[in-house]
Amino acid sequence: MHEYSIVQALLDLVEEEAKKAGASQVERITVKVGRLSGVERELLHDAYTIFSEDHFCKGAALELIDQRVVLHCQSCQSEHTIEKLTLACPACQSESVQVIDGEELILMQLQMH
Amino acid sequence: MSIESNPHLNNPKTLEVMSRVLKANDTEAAANRACFEQMGLLAINLMSGPGSGKTTLLEATAKAADFRFGVIEGDLETERDADRLRAVGVRAYQIVTGTSCHLNAKMVQKAINPLGLDELDVLFVENVGNLVCPASHELGTHLNVVLLSTPEGDDKVLKYPVMFRKADLVLVTKVDLAEHFDFDVQKVRREVQQLRPDTPTIALSAKTGEGIEQWLAFIAQQRNGA
Repeated sequence: MHEYSIVQALLDLVEEEAKKAGASQVERITVKVGRLSGVERELLHDAYTIFSEDHFCKGAALELIDQRVVLHCQSCQSEHTIEKLTLACPACQSESVQVIDGEELILMQLQMH
Repeated sequence: MSIESNPHLNNPKTLEVMSRVLKANDTEAAANRACFEQMGLLAINLMSGPGSGKTTLLEATAKAADFRFGVIEGDLETERDADRLRAVGVRAYQIVTGTSCHLNAKMVQKAINPLGLDELDVLFVENVGNLVCPASHELGTHLNVVLLSTPEGDDKVLKYPVMFRKADLVLVTKVDLAEHFDFDVQKVRREVQQLRPDTPTIALSAKTGEGIEQWLAFIAQQRNGA
């Protein structure tokens, strides 16, 4: 259960960015959660509800985008969004693939006043 | 100006941030990496579930290694692991994390001075025993080595893909017990390849010494390349 420390990092980052932009209140936080990020969206949401209570971000809605794994094949130059975790190109079966999305946890957007 | 007419309060503004949520940890990790490089040492993050034999591997490594190494230990409680390593002459510093289920870059940073990196060739960071949480936090080490012991079962690689995706090397430990647990090393090799092609798997036993030579050869190769 590391969602607690991830939420702390998220709240700190949001506060830093919001204050830098001169905002006094955050309305909506959008985070992209990769399927391979190791973060469970439901747990992240629960942890956010608890820990944002006493924070600058209190009251801000947290939107979590479910990002599936996207592969780029270096052999046939195609891109594929995959469900099953086999890192091979579904088109040409090459194993020379790169994960180009779905591994990260990214703060995408803030809506604020 | 009334609240209603203040445009700052009425029109929300949208800011595209596009930043890794764990950016602060990444920054600390980069500082750790710079410190390791300055000292000219290879830093290795050892990760696995509890009881897979991380400390036992390090004890066996101490007996056979031709390089000098130190260990930063992470556990929720007790100095037991650091004590075991000190008993075999290894310089070790114990981080007691309390409730934290993983190490982060800052914890490692704080442990560097008390441990001391002088006259070391390799630094091992023995992460908290956990196949989930440590995978999300970079520590600044050069390599991630993930251990899987035969009693845990050969089905774990695809069950914990985030962790095994991070592995630069997978060690199957306690391989002397493989037949008792119907553990198929080839299956692990295949599934590791499936998650991250070109990642090597070494099967070893600290008890019988099988595979230890290969493990040391891997470290030697990485030190030369580092």
